[in-house]
Amino acid sequence: MLEARDLYKSFGKIAAVRGVSFTARDGQITGLLGPNGAGKSTTLRMLYTVLKPEAGDAFIDGTSVTADPLAARKAIGVLSHGAGVYNNLTARENIAYFGELHGLTRTDREARAAELIEMLDMQSFADRRAKGFSQGQKLKTALARALVHRPRNVLLDEPTNGLDVMAVRNLRKLLGQLRDAGHCVLFSSHVMQEVEQLCDEVVVINDGQVVAAGPLAEIRARAGNSQLEDAFVSLMHGNDAGSGAPK
Amino acid sequence: MNLRGIWAVFRKEFRENLRDRRTLLSALVFGPVISPILVAGLVQFTISHAETQSDENISVSVSHAQNAPNLVDYLTARGVDVVKVNFDEAAARAAVAKQTHKIILEIPADFGARLQQGQPAPVVLYSDSSRGFERRGARRVRALVSNYGIEIAQLRFLARGVDPISVLPISVQEIDVSTPTGRSVLVLNMMTYLVLLSMLLGGLYLAIDATAGERERGSLEVLLTSPVPRQNLIYGKIAAAGSYMLISLVLTVTMFSVAMSFVGLEQLGITANLGPAAAMQLIACCAPVILFGSAYLTIISAFAKTYREAQTYLQLVITIPTLPLIFAGMLGLQPKLGLMFVPFLSQHLLMTTVVRAEEIVPLHMVVSVVSTLVYGAVLTYIAGRLYRREALLG
Repeated sequence: MLEARDLYKSFGKIAAVRGVSFTARDGQITGLLGPNGAGKSTTLRMLYTVLKPEAGDAFIDGTSVTADPLAARKAIGVLSHGAGVYNNLTARENIAYFGELHGLTRTDREARAAELIEMLDMQSFADRRAKGFSQGQKLKTALARALVHRPRNVLLDEPTNGLDVMAVRNLRKLLGQLRDAGHCVLFSSHVMQEVEQLCDEVVVINDGQVVAAGPLAEIRARAGNSQLEDAFVSLMHGNDAGSGAPK
Repeated sequence: MNLRGIWAVFRKEFRENLRDRRTLLSALVFGPVISPILVAGLVQFTISHAETQSDENISVSVSHAQNAPNLVDYLTARGVDVVKVNFDEAAARAAVAKQTHKIILEIPADFGARLQQGQPAPVVLYSDSSRGFERRGARRVRALVSNYGIEIAQLRFLARGVDPISVLPISVQEIDVSTPTGRSVLVLNMMTYLVLLSMLLGGLYLAIDATAGERERGSLEVLLTSPVPRQNLIYGKIAAAGSYMLISLVLTVTMFSVAMSFVGLEQLGITANLGPAAAMQLIACCAPVILFGSAYLTIISAFAKTYREAQTYLQLVITIPTLPLIFAGMLGLQPKLGLMFVPFLSQHLLMTTVVRAEEIVPLHMVVSVVSTLVYGAVLTYIAGRLYRREALLG
C-alpha cells in the first residue's frame, strides 16, 4: 500500500507539488492522471524516494520514505520515465544486476531473471545486448528489472510513452496480472483511454494539487459526465484543459 | 560501515565497459600502445640524427673561392664539401633565405692582399640560425676557419722566432660531468608525464559513462531506487574507473619497458633503468595516485548533465594534475620531502629516480603514498556526498 500525506515540493520558485495526499491500495491499479507539468512525476519521485519532500511524508506499507528510505525502497519496484537500460548489458544481465543490488544471491537472481523472461515473453531477446532494442523490448527489460525483487508495490511513470498498440496491450495485461496477484500498482499517465481501461481508482492532479480522487465511476458521477475525458476537462475548470487534453 | 552494493556496481561497470569500444580503446590502446611507440620513435630519431651530424660531410658554398685557394683546400681536407659559387651580398642573402644554398662563405677580393700585409682579413659567413641543423654546420665552419687563422698566426710567430706555445697562455679543457643517465632527463620527463596521462585516460570514459552517461540514458533514477546507500553507488563506480586506470598503468609501463629496449639509448649516452624490476617499481610508485585520479574524474563528470558536456570538461581538466610535472621539468626540481606531498608531482619525481637508477629515499616513498591516498580518500568521500544530493538528478 502506498500513502501520500500532504506532500510538498518546489524547484526554485516553482511549486511543483502543493499538498498532495492519496492512498493506493493493494490489489488495485491506481492511476495518477493529470496534464503535462501537473506534478505527477514529482509526486511519484517522492514516493519512490528519489526526491525528498519539503513537507509531508509518504508511506510504503507503513514505512516512511523520509525516515527510512532504504527500507522503503525494498518494498517498491520502479519503472522510471524513459525506462533507461544499460546498452552494453543483455536483458538478462540488466535484470540480474538489479537483483544483486536488491541483495538477491546469485542463484536467486538467475532463477528470478529466468522466471521474469518467461513471464514477460522475452526469450527471443533476453541474451542480446540492449543496444538495438525496440521501445517495447526496452520497456519489458525495465519492467522485469523493477519486478526482480518481488516488490509488493509497483510504481510506473508514464509507462506507455512511445509504445505501439501491441506493446500497450501487453503492458495492460501484465498490470492486470500484478493486480490479481495482490500487488499495489500506481502509474501516471496523461492519456485518458489508458486510465479508463486499466484503473480501479483514479487520482486527478492539476497544478500540484489533487482535484479529484476515488473510483472511476465516482469521478465520472461527480463531474456529471459519463465520459472520463469530459469529466477531466471539467475538473480542470477549463483553465488547463487546452494543454491537458489528450491528443 | 555499510559496504552494500559497492561490489555489485563495480562488477557491472567493469563488465559493461569491457564491451564498450571507446572505453577499451582509450584504456588499452591509445595511452599504453601509442605513447610508448611515439617516445621510442622520437628517441630513435634523435639518435640517428645525432649520429649523422658528426659523421656526415657538411656542404658549404664558397663564394669567390679563387680569392683563398689555401683556405678552400684546408676546409676540403677536413671533410667539408666545397661548392664554388660567385655571389654578391644580396645574392648570397637570397640564396640562404631560399635555402638553395644553406651555408655560404664569402671571401672578399682583398682577402689574400690583407693576409699578406698582416692585416685582419675578413670573411663573411651566411646561414639561417633558425634552422637547427644549419646552425650546427655554420658553427663547424666557423671553428674550422678560426683554426685556420690560428695556424697562420702560429706560422707567423715561428717565422719571427717566437715559440707559438707562449701565445696560448690558457688552454681550456672541457669535462662534461653529466652522467649518461642524467642526460636523459628530457626523455624521462616526457615518459613519466605520458605514463601518468595515459593512466588517467584509461579511466576517463568509464568515469563519464558511469555518471553523466548513466543520467543521460535515464537509468540513474532507477538505480537510485535500489536499496543501496547512494554513496556506495559512486564508490563502486570510482573503484571501476580506478581498475581501468590500473590496467592502463600496468600496460603503459610494460610497453615503455619493451619499446625502450629496442631503442639504442646507449648511443645517446643514456642508460635508463627500465627492466622488469624497474617497471614493477614504477607501477608501485604510481598506483597510489589512482584513487585520487579516479575520484577526481568522477566528481567532475558527475557535475555534467550529459556525456558530451562531461567529455568537454574532462579533456581540459585531465591536464590539470599534470601541470606540476611541466613546472618540475622547467625548474629542474629534485626530489625533496616537501614535494612528496604534491600528488602527481611526487609520483613523477619517484619514477624519475627509479629510471635514473638512483636510490629512492624510503621516507619520500612513504610520504608520497600516504599523502596521495589521503587526498584520494577525501575526494572519494566528497564524491559520495555529492551523490547524496538531490540535484544529481538534473
